[in-house]
Amino acid sequence: MNSFSLIWSNLFRRRVRTFLTLFSIIAAFLLFGLLRSVADAFDSGVEVAGVDRLTVSPKYSIIDGLPVSHMSQILATPGVAGVTHSTWFGGTYQSTANFFPKFPVEPRAYFEMFDEYIIDPAQLDEFERIRTAAVAPADLAEEYGWQVGDRIPIEGDIWLREDGSRRWEFELVGIYRIRDDENMFAGFLFNYDYFDEARIPETEGIISNFSVRVSDPDEAAEVSARIDAQFENSINPTRTATEAEANRQFAAQVGDIGLIMNSILSAVFFTILLLTGNTMAQALRERVPELAVLKTLGFTDRRVALLVLLESVLLCGIGGALGIALATLVLGAIAPDLAAFLGQVEMSAMTTFGGLGIAVLLGIVVGLNPALSARRLQVVEALRR
Amino acid sequence: MGIIQLNQVSRHFTKGRQKVEVLNDLDLEIEEGDFLALMGPSGSGKTTLLNLIGGLDQPTAGSVEVAGRQLVGLSSRKLAQWRSRNIGFIFQFYNLLPILSARRNVELPLLLTRLGGRQRRRNADVALAIVGLGDRAGHKPGELSGGQQQRVAIARAIVADPRILVCDEPTGDLDRETADEILDLLELLNREHGKTIIMVTHDPKAATHARRTLYLDKGSLVREAA
Ligand SMILES: Nc1ncnc2c1ncn2[C@@H]1O[C@H](COP(=O)(O)OP(=O)(O)OP(=O)(O)O)[C@@H](O)[C@H]1O
Ligand SMILES: [Mg+2]
Repeated sequence: MNSFSLIWSNLFRRRVRTFLTLFSIIAAFLLFGLLRSVADAFDSGVEVAGVDRLTVSPKYSIIDGLPVSHMSQILATPGVAGVTHSTWFGGTYQSTANFFPKFPVEPRAYFEMFDEYIIDPAQLDEFERIRTAAVAPADLAEEYGWQVGDRIPIEGDIWLREDGSRRWEFELVGIYRIRDDENMFAGFLFNYDYFDEARIPETEGIISNFSVRVSDPDEAAEVSARIDAQFENSINPTRTATEAEANRQFAAQVGDIGLIMNSILSAVFFTILLLTGNTMAQALRERVPELAVLKTLGFTDRRVALLVLLESVLLCGIGGALGIALATLVLGAIAPDLAAFLGQVEMSAMTTFGGLGIAVLLGIVVGLNPALSARRLQVVEALRR
Repeated sequence: MGIIQLNQVSRHFTKGRQKVEVLNDLDLEIEEGDFLALMGPSGSGKTTLLNLIGGLDQPTAGSVEVAGRQLVGLSSRKLAQWRSRNIGFIFQFYNLLPILSARRNVELPLLLTRLGGRQRRRNADVALAIVGLGDRAGHKPGELSGGQQQRVAIARAIVADPRILVCDEPTGDLDRETADEILDLLELLNREHGKTIIMVTHDPKAATHARRTLYLDKGSLVREAA
């Protein structure tokens, strides 16, 4: 036995309590690892290189939109092989709980651009031919039980109709599949021409962003710079980036991700502080006679205080390390699903070591008061009880 | 000069506004190798006196010299170090750490020495063998009888080889037969291993195991029997 095993044994004297506390600490640091990594992904730009598609968005704010008239200039830019556009429609299907993206698009050009979306050629013809036509990804159609031929009403919010109504109605003419992975941005698609004619005239010709195919992925960065340079001094400057980067920008503008994450984490750590603090205080109260015995045997005040402090640091340290390790595993498993949205998501060294540092600090903060009480403990007084 | 030398020792407590004069101008000398039984009514100050001798408490006045060291005025840190080398404590309720095995309980005082892990273990096993519990080293206190727990406590008290054992009613919680076994063990430690023992007891029969008995009453040593 050594001092470490003495601390270790003490930790497990009340197994259930220790494990419950440990699990809360692990949960807190799991959350910490995940949220910090996601926040980091939001903060870090994604490299524009080696991709064959780019997204052209308004430079300053997604609310600005871009004029559809930019399209011909973009297409004329050297290195650009194709271009189409889409618009964030917002809107509600039946209830606000039913969230899925809806985009007015140019039917044929859109499916040419996004060749991972597979649609029956006959259905694509119908989509192009019928003004109020719409197509949906298979999982969405399945979720809401839609069949080809169904009429699907959408309540508009961003985009109002010229006739003053908010109700947009579409006829489902096709269901498309997505090759390989699922893509959370596969949307409910309908005809841009119909959308543009029906919306109020002041908003005509405004779209959200362009999708651009580059002829040579190695030149993606140069093409991106060329496009932005053209509109630099126009009243609608652009920002051209990879799709992942554009999605990230979109989300970041919807909410201040860092602030949200940090608020959640503060609440979590505050709770953990109280919980662990309570456990430690309780553990100390039970152990007063034993600490007095240690002092009787010749353990100095400082040594006894240190035993108590290290016990708390050990508990929080183990919880922190396990939580961070778990977060690394979970992150590895879900990173592919987040890629479309956030690009590369991984646990940084900063998060790993910062987390461990916070765990140790938590242990010190939580253990300090019990340690000082242990230090002050008077043997004669404690043994009289 | 005795191994324990108390001169004009007083110990007063203040409980709120009330002053409790527990020990008054007490003189006591104990020679090395003695086995002293200390008797007296409840509240007469026996534990208070043991605490002074064991370096757990400081007197209000007087001088306490034990094992060649003046204890009055020593810092809490110096006293702790001194205790670990010179005093073994044995209590009525054993005061073992419930989470540790017998061997680890006995090993505790050795954590304060320079001995390596293996040597500490070996010494703990020797101490357990002396008290006749060599085969129970792996048991936790909860798995041992009262008498066995007290033996573990005695092993813990002697493992660092202190010259003095301080026992506060060591048989107060045991039946007659077990108490006699423990008293025989203390006698053995006194005769064979040369430990100086001072033992508080309420049991006149226990006192017969000691070489001499002192009675404490109203703050002073009132009578000495041979
Ligand atoms: N820390 C203290 N503060 C106040 N009073 C104390 C303190 N310690 C002891 N006393 C008082 O001193 C007196 C003697 O106490 P002590 O514990 O020494 O008696 P004792 O002879 O050991 O009694 P018992 O046989 O019951 O164990 C008691 O009246 C007790 O209340
Ligand atoms: Mg007493």
